[in-house]
Amino acid sequence: MAASSERSPPPFPDSEEPELLEDSDEGADAFTGTSISEMDSPSPDSTRPPKDIFNEPPEDIFSDPLSNINSEPQKKVDTKIPSPSSDEAVDLFSEPLDDDSEVMSSPEVQNPMPDLLNEPVEAPKSDVLGEPPVHKNAARQQDFFEDPPKGSNNSSSSVKKAVSAELFGDDEDEEDLFKETPKVVTKKPQPSGPPVDVFTEVKSDVKVKPQVKDDPTDLFTEEALTAPAQKPPASSSSSSRTNGVHSEEQDLFSEATVELSLDSPLNDRKKKDAVKPSLSAPAASVASSSSKAPSKTLEELEEEESEDKFDLNISVTNPEKVGDGMNAYMAYKVSTQTSLTMFRSKTFTVRRRFSDFLGLYEKLSEKHSQNGYIVPPPPEKSILGMTKVKVGKEDPSSAEFVERRRAALERYLQRVVSHPSLLQDPDVREFLEKEELPRAVSTQALSGAGFLKMLNKATDAVSKMTIKMNEQDVWFDEKIQDVENEEQHMRKLHVMVESLVNHRKELSGNTAVFAKSVAMLGSSEDNTALSRALSQLAEVEDRIEQLHQEQASNDFFTFSELLADYIRLLGAVKGCFDQRMKAWQRWQDAENMLQKKREAEAKLLWANKPDKLQQAKDEIAEWEAKVTQYEREFERISATVRKEVIRFDKEKARDFKRQIVKYLESLLNSQQQLIKYWEAFLPEAKAIA
Amino acid sequence: MEVSSAEAALSVSASSIRITDVTQDGDVLTFAIASQKLNSSAGVCVFRIYEDFDWLQQSLFSQENLPGLQGIIFPPLPSKALPSQSNTQTKALKQLGFLALGQDWQSYCKALEFYLQQVAAHPTLCKCKALDSFLINSESPGKQRGRKGIFNRLSQAVEEMRKESHKDVDNFFQNERNKNTNLAALSKVATEKLLDVVMTEQKLALACGHFATSLHLCVNQDDAAAVAFSKVCLKLSDVIEAVNRNFEKVASNDLSTLGLGLDLESRYQEAEKVWECVLMIACKLIELETVKKGTEKAKASKREVMEAFQKAVEKEFNLISSVAKQEIERFHSSRVNVLKNFLIGWCELQLNTAKEFAELYSQHLEACRNMYSE
Repeated sequence: MAASSERSPPPFPDSEEPELLEDSDEGADAFTGTSISEMDSPSPDSTRPPKDIFNEPPEDIFSDPLSNINSEPQKKVDTKIPSPSSDEAVDLFSEPLDDDSEVMSSPEVQNPMPDLLNEPVEAPKSDVLGEPPVHKNAARQQDFFEDPPKGSNNSSSSVKKAVSAELFGDDEDEEDLFKETPKVVTKKPQPSGPPVDVFTEVKSDVKVKPQVKDDPTDLFTEEALTAPAQKPPASSSSSSRTNGVHSEEQDLFSEATVELSLDSPLNDRKKKDAVKPSLSAPAASVASSSSKAPSKTLEELEEEESEDKFDLNISVTNPEKVGDGMNAYMAYKVSTQTSLTMFRSKTFTVRRRFSDFLGLYEKLSEKHSQNGYIVPPPPEKSILGMTKVKVGKEDPSSAEFVERRRAALERYLQRVVSHPSLLQDPDVREFLEKEELPRAVSTQALSGAGFLKMLNKATDAVSKMTIKMNEQDVWFDEKIQDVENEEQHMRKLHVMVESLVNHRKELSGNTAVFAKSVAMLGSSEDNTALSRALSQLAEVEDRIEQLHQEQASNDFFTFSELLADYIRLLGAVKGCFDQRMKAWQRWQDAENMLQKKREAEAKLLWANKPDKLQQAKDEIAEWEAKVTQYEREFERISATVRKEVIRFDKEKARDFKRQIVKYLESLLNSQQQLIKYWEAFLPEAKAIA
Repeated sequence: MEVSSAEAALSVSASSIRITDVTQDGDVLTFAIASQKLNSSAGVCVFRIYEDFDWLQQSLFSQENLPGLQGIIFPPLPSKALPSQSNTQTKALKQLGFLALGQDWQSYCKALEFYLQQVAAHPTLCKCKALDSFLINSESPGKQRGRKGIFNRLSQAVEEMRKESHKDVDNFFQNERNKNTNLAALSKVATEKLLDVVMTEQKLALACGHFATSLHLCVNQDDAAAVAFSKVCLKLSDVIEAVNRNFEKVASNDLSTLGLGLDLESRYQEAEKVWECVLMIACKLIELETVKKGTEKAKASKREVMEAFQKAVEKEFNLISSVAKQEIERFHSSRVNVLKNFLIGWCELQLNTAKEFAELYSQHLEACRNMYSE
C-alpha cells in the first residue's frame, strides 16, 4: 500500500507516466536486454509457463504467506522509490496498454495490481475505460494468476536482477547487450512466425513485423509485435524459452495479453485496438492497413513521401447540419484525391463531423507529440458559434462561422497530411478512408479554450523548468526564445489584422449607406444629367461596397486565419520543447537516482553488509541502464524536435509566401475591378451638362 | 457679359484667388490670400483671419444701395474653425464636417478659397467695395461689425414661418422651396455618409500602417529559415504599406473632391434656404401692405400716399422676384457645374489611384512569385 504511493516516480506526475513507459520501451531497443527483458522477464514466465521460474520462487511465494513475500519486495520497492524493476514491468504493461487503450485492455492488468501493489492511479482509469463489470470479473479470475505473478515478479526480478547485474557487472560496456537486442528483435519475428494463424488473425500486427526488422529502433513495433504473439501464449512462451533471457521480454507482453485473453473474445478485439495505437507510435511506421500491401522501409517511405507530397489533395466541403436542436451537428464532406499507393483508391470521400476531427487530433497527439513531433492542432471548439448554428437558421454570422470552420478544418487536414510522419499514421488513413468512424468521445477537454489553457500551462511549466535546465544546446536555447517571441508577434499581428478586417467591414457598410444616400440624392435631383450621374455613382458605390466586402473576407481568410493557425501551431511547437524538457528531466532524475544508489552502495560497503550489497549493485546496474536509456531518449527527442522545428520554419515561410501571393492577387483583382468601375463612370460624370 | 462687368469692378481675377498658407497662433488661424491683378502680372498677398471673412460676409449682406439684394443667394461662408478644440476631433467633425479633416486645415482653406472665388465670380457681389478691400488692402478691414447677426435673426424668424407651411404666392418659389428642403437634407446626409467612409478609410490606412510596422518586428536573422520568413514578412510589410498608401490616397481623393463638393453643395442648399426666407419676408411684406391697403381704404386722405407706397413696394417685390429667378437659374447651373467638376475630378483621381496601385500590386506580385521560386 505504501509502495503504491511511492511507486509512481516523484519527478513525473501521473499524467506523464504513459510517456515514461512508452519511452522506456522505445529506449529499450538499444538495450532491451537490460531494461525490458530484465523487468519483463519475471512476469511472463510466471503467468503461463510456470515451470521455469515459477517452479522455484512461486513455491516460496505460495508457501509463505503472501504478505511476507510481498512485504519483502515492497521493501525493495520502498528503497528504490522511483521504479523498481518489477514495478516498472508492471507499469510497462499497464501503461502502454493503458493509454493505448481507451479500450480497456489495461484494466485487466491493472486491476489485479491493486491487490498486490495497489495502484490507485491506474485503477480509476480502468473505471473510466468503461467496462468495469467485465474487468472486475476478469480481475477476480486473475487474482489467482495475479497473486503469483506478483510474487514471482518480485522474486524473479531479483533473480533477473542478479542476471542483469552480472551482465552489467561483467561487461559494463553494453556491447553484448546491444548485440543481443538486435537479435532479440530479429528473432522475435521468427518465433512469432510459427503461429502464423494468429497473426493473420490480427491483420494489423502482421505488417509490423517487417518494420521491426527494418528499423530496430522502433521499440514500439517490437512491443506491438510481441503483443500479437501473446495471444497464443503457448507459442510465445515457447519462443521465450528458445530465446532465452531476452525473449522474455516478449513473454512479458504476452503475459499482458494473456491476461487479456482470459477475459473474453470481446476483449480480444479491443486488445487489437489497443495494440494498434502503440504500433503507430513509432515514427513513420508503415503499418499499411492492408496487410497484403508490401511494407516499405522507412527510407523508401520517406522518399516516396517527398516525391508525392503534393499529390495528396484534401478538401473539406459541403458543411451540412445534421439533426435538430442542441443535438444537431455539422457534418463535412472530406474528399481526398491522391495517387499515393498507400491509399486504396485515387479519390474517395467520407463524411466527418467536427468532433471526429478533434478525435483525430487527440489520437495523433497522444501518439506523436511525446516523440517530439509537431502535431497540427485543429480549430478550436466554439460553443457560441455552434450554438448559433444550432439555434439560428439563416443567420449570416452563423454561415460565416461554418465557412470559417470549414476552411480551418481543411487547412488542418492539409497540414496533417503534409507531415511525412503523420501521413503514415493508420488513424489518419482511417480518418480519410473509412466510411464509419467510432464516435470520438471526450473531445471537450482538448478543444477550444481548454486546449489553449492547457498549452499555456505547459508553456508556463516549460519556462519554469528552463530555469532549472541548463541548456547545453545553444540552438535550442535560441529557438525556444524565438518561438516565444514569435508567438508574441503573431498575437500582435493577429490583433492588427482583426482590426483591419473590422475596419474593412465597416468601410463596406459605410460605402453601402453612402451609396444609398447618393441614390436618394440622385432621385430628387432636378437636373436630369446630374441625377443620372448620381444614380450611376450610387451603383458604382454599391459595387465598390461588394468589393470591400470581398476584400474583407480575403483579408480575413488569408491573414487572420493564417495567423490564428500559426498561433495554435506555435503552441504545438512549444509543446514539443516541453516534451524534450521532460525527457531531459527524466534523464536528470535518473542520473540523480543513480548517484544516490551509488552512495547507498558505498555506505553499505562501509557498513559491511554484504547481504544487501548485491541488491544495491542490482539497483545501480538498473539505474545505469535507465540513465543511458533516458539520455538516449533525450537525444533522440532532441533530434526529432530539431528536425520538426526546422521543418516547421520552412513550412511557415512557404505558407506565408503563398498567402501573400494570394493576397496580392486578390488586391490586384479588386484594383482592376475598381479601374473598370471608375472608367465606366467617368463618361457619365463628363456628360453632366 | 456679367463676368466682364464684374471684373470691371474687381481689380483681381476671381479664378486666381488662392489661399496659399495658413498659420496657427493659439486659437487664431491666419490665412494668406494671394490673388492676381487683372491688368498686370503682379500678385497681391494679404493676411486675413476668420473674423475678416465674417466681416466680408456681413458687408455683402448689408450693402445698402443695391436693388434686389434680397434676391441674391449668398455664397455660404464655412463656419468658424476652433483650432484649440480641434484636438477633440469628434467635436470638430461635428462642427465642420469634412472641413476638419485633412492636414493643416487644408480642406478648410480650400473651402474658404472656394467661397472667395464664388463671391468674386458673382455678377452682383463682386461689385462690392468690401470684397475689393478684403482682397487688396494689407490693413485688416474688419472694424465695423455690428450688423452681424441680423440675418441670422431674420432667418430664424422666417424659419418659424416656414414651419407654418405658409404657401408662397408664387408656385415657382413654392416648388423650389420644397425641392430645396429635400435636397438640403439629402445632401447633408450624403455628406455625412461620405465623411464616414473617408474616416473609415483613414482608420484602415492607420491599421495597415500598424500592421506593416509590427511585421517589421518579426524580422529575425538567425538562420536560413528565419531569414526566409523575415523576407516574407518584409515583403508583406511592403505590400501592406502599399495598401496603406492606397487608402490614404483614396481618402484624400474623396476628401479633396467629392467631400468638398458635397460639403459645398449642402452649404449652398442651406444658403438657398436662407435666401428663401428672405424672399418670404419680402412676400410677407407685400401681403401686409395689401392688407393695410384694404383696411385703410376708407381713409381717402391717405389713399394717395398708400397707393404710391404700395406701388413702390410692389415694384421692389417684382425686382426681387426677377433677381431671384435669375439667381436661382444661376445658382442651379453653377451648382451643377461645381458638382460636375468635383465628380469628374474625383473620378479621375480615383481612377488614377486605382491604376497606380494596380501597377504597384502587380509589381509586388511579380516580386513575390519570384521570391517563391527562389
